[in-house]
Amino acid sequence: MVQPAKASAPFDPESPVRLHPAVALRDESFGALAYHYDNRRLVFLKSKALVELVVDLEHHGCARTAAAAHVEPHEVDAYVAALARLYDAGVIDGR
Amino acid sequence: MGADGSLRDRFEHGLDAPICLTWELTWACNLACVHCLSSSGRRDPAELTTSEARALIDEFAALQVFYVNLGGGEPTIRSDFFELLDYAVERRVGVKFSTNGTRITRERARRLASMDYVDVQVSVDGATREVNDAVRGTGSYDAALSAMHELSDAGFGRFKISVVMTRANVTQLDRFESLAARFGAQLRLTRLRPSGRGVDTYESLRPSAAQNRALYDWLLEHPDTLTGDSFFHLSAFGEPLDGLNLCGAGRVVCLVDPIGDVYACPFAIHDQFRAGSIRTDGGFTSVWRDSTLFADLRRPGSAGACASCGSWDACRGGCMAAKFFTGMPLDGPDPECVHGHGATGKVAAVRLRPRARDDHSSALVAATRTT
Repeated sequence: MVQPAKASAPFDPESPVRLHPAVALRDESFGALAYHYDNRRLVFLKSKALVELVVDLEHHGCARTAAAAHVEPHEVDAYVAALARLYDAGVIDGR
Repeated sequence: MGADGSLRDRFEHGLDAPICLTWELTWACNLACVHCLSSSGRRDPAELTTSEARALIDEFAALQVFYVNLGGGEPTIRSDFFELLDYAVERRVGVKFSTNGTRITRERARRLASMDYVDVQVSVDGATREVNDAVRGTGSYDAALSAMHELSDAGFGRFKISVVMTRANVTQLDRFESLAARFGAQLRLTRLRPSGRGVDTYESLRPSAAQNRALYDWLLEHPDTLTGDSFFHLSAFGEPLDGLNLCGAGRVVCLVDPIGDVYACPFAIHDQFRAGSIRTDGGFTSVWRDSTLFADLRRPGSAGACASCGSWDACRGGCMAAKFFTGMPLDGPDPECVHGHGATGKVAAVRLRPRARDDHSSALVAATRTT
């Protein structure tokens, strides 16, 4: 059966997050395809750096510090915004 | 699922593995829909065996094809249907299968409800018995509704109701929406193609130009409706519809037929779009990566007769299969071009239409077609 989308708290870049356990990533030249086996959504990650960041999220205290560890300072806001979109799609969630 | 232009360009050059694909498990069918894409009816003795089907699923798993669309024919007629479903799901190859509903008993609905990674899509082509049964046959509306009740009662959750848009049912969009809401289901609308038996019925069933406009407006107002990206030719009306808005044939999607032949897409079942066989060409992966047909489809095409049209970026000339089966040039406009460029001649009426390679219709089907 198809799991209904879970209602969750709004994305907080200062909170700990992780790649959702029901999400599989497939590497592509542009980044990766992410498929969520629970909500059946397909999402495109459009940079390699974003893929590496998403996989590494669980090793950081929050989304923002994870982004800061992976990309240049001037890119952090853009990557945090990308993480917010992935959070809304259920690709990443709170831990 | 949205995508910007750069991603679309990337997809046009093809991926190392399909994003998803359609696998028609059998040509056997207990219905005889007049628009059947695969001209189904009778099973072919050469259809893939259970072990061949398992090996194919193994390949999909290795390629990380996240899900496959199983169809037919009526896929549940295969005696190993549930076995293959279990096999795929265990390997994290999700399955979405299309069914006419006739075989979704209470017991099977419960079994489906207990499985992970399985989606069910019940086909119905009218929100009323009369409109549906004219296309899908007497009794098919009641059977589909019965399947919906069973899935709902079994707690399956959000199954899908799949509708092919025709001249007779495009006026029932709100009623389809209500039908889906009644069962907590999700509505999926797809385009009628002049493929399979649809070659013969496309002219009489396809929506009019005004209906296509109304459909486009409705889709913009109902962005949660699934469409399998099948109305991207209508994006030329203005604001693009949700989706990739490109022809994915041989680039990000393909079709595997019941005997293991691989085609560019489910709507292009013809020798001209046959990439190879999983039996004789080294397996699915080899066909996907090495076929000369797919290499051709992944080369940037010219806009042809559409080059001077301001909507080229929106619709990219529309559906390859729709053009092919109506005898139109592949680098020209879609027969349902919203600017009317596809209707400069009388579509299909005077053109020599290519026929599909195989017709699996049963005698019953042939009789139905003539009425």
